[in-house]
Amino acid sequence: MSLWFWILAACVISYATKFAGYLVPAKWMKNERMSRIAATLTIGLLASLTVVNAFSSGQQLTLDARVGALLAAAAALLLRAPFLVVVIAGAAAAALLRLAGWG
Amino acid sequence: MKILQSPAVKVGLSISIATGLYGISFGALSVASGLDLWQTMALSLLLFSGGSQFAFIGVVSGGGTGLAAMSASALLGIRNGIYGMQMNALVGPRGWRKLPAAHVTIDESTATASGQVDPLEQRRGFWTAGVGIFLLWNVFTAVGALAGNALGDPKAWGLDGAAVAAFLALLWPRLKGKEPVAIAVVCALATLLAVPFVPTGVPILVAAAVAAAIGWFTHKPVPEGLAPDIEPYPEPYSEHDGAHMQLPDADTRRGADRPDRPTERGGA
Repeated sequence: MSLWFWILAACVISYATKFAGYLVPAKWMKNERMSRIAATLTIGLLASLTVVNAFSSGQQLTLDARVGALLAAAAALLLRAPFLVVVIAGAAAAALLRLAGWG
Repeated sequence: MKILQSPAVKVGLSISIATGLYGISFGALSVASGLDLWQTMALSLLLFSGGSQFAFIGVVSGGGTGLAAMSASALLGIRNGIYGMQMNALVGPRGWRKLPAAHVTIDESTATASGQVDPLEQRRGFWTAGVGIFLLWNVFTAVGALAGNALGDPKAWGLDGAAVAAFLALLWPRLKGKEPVAIAVVCALATLLAVPFVPTGVPILVAAAVAAAIGWFTHKPVPEGLAPDIEPYPEPYSEHDGAHMQLPDADTRRGADRPDRPTERGGA
């Protein structure tokens, strides 16, 4: 029963954190400096999410089949493939590399 | 099915499927770590943030306390608050719609919305990815929790590779010009440097701080009256902002080193 308490507490914190962002007035975000920060923040977060998902396992940096996924996705993007094709290329590269016994 | 012609809806549906399928691995790992089916479903239905959910069950399966599990989950969820601020300005849900909007504010819905330029497409992308992932993530969490071991390791299907590809694909269109590329590289390096030293999830916050600092300190309001000569584009920080930053000579020559002050041209 105690684990239930912590699960529900984590759920409440998660929602409160998300909702807190919506309480920041939109007009605070709508000036040139904040537009500029929103643009750099988006690039920074996406770059960070990409490398975290590609190169980290918990607190360790690793090189495994996901590197293949990153390269395959980059190749697909250079060829101007649509989004879904890029995602499938990434999944297929990782799956095939693992099938071949790497990562 | 005209709505399916919308680029944001297409991206939103693709990312919903890729991310939703990954719910299988959460369901399977959660049950393996000692949570029961309903505890697992509570996390996917109510907490609904993949990173925080994996952190929670990771601490539990490592023998950590409920308090430690909750703390790890809360730390990882901080970025959703930042996303909430951005989505409130970008998607602008009104009234009661803020409540469901907050719930589906996660990496993928934020990324899908931010990847669009047109406001209508931004809204469509946010809701398609947010609601789509919520539904599929929960269905596949249940599948994973009930039958996870029979399906095998989702990594064998390359689903973690799909996540990498999806985030790169969302980043890609933004890398026009030298400056966005430089920001992406700096933030990627900051993330990788931080990974070994701080708890899981925090490296993304480090990158966010670096990116926000770059945005704050490189911001230069264009002096009134000189704007059309220096900045030929109507949106100062649109896709062409690389060019905007490459004109320091013009700025100093024209005496742009006056104290910062708001310009009349913001139009926001």
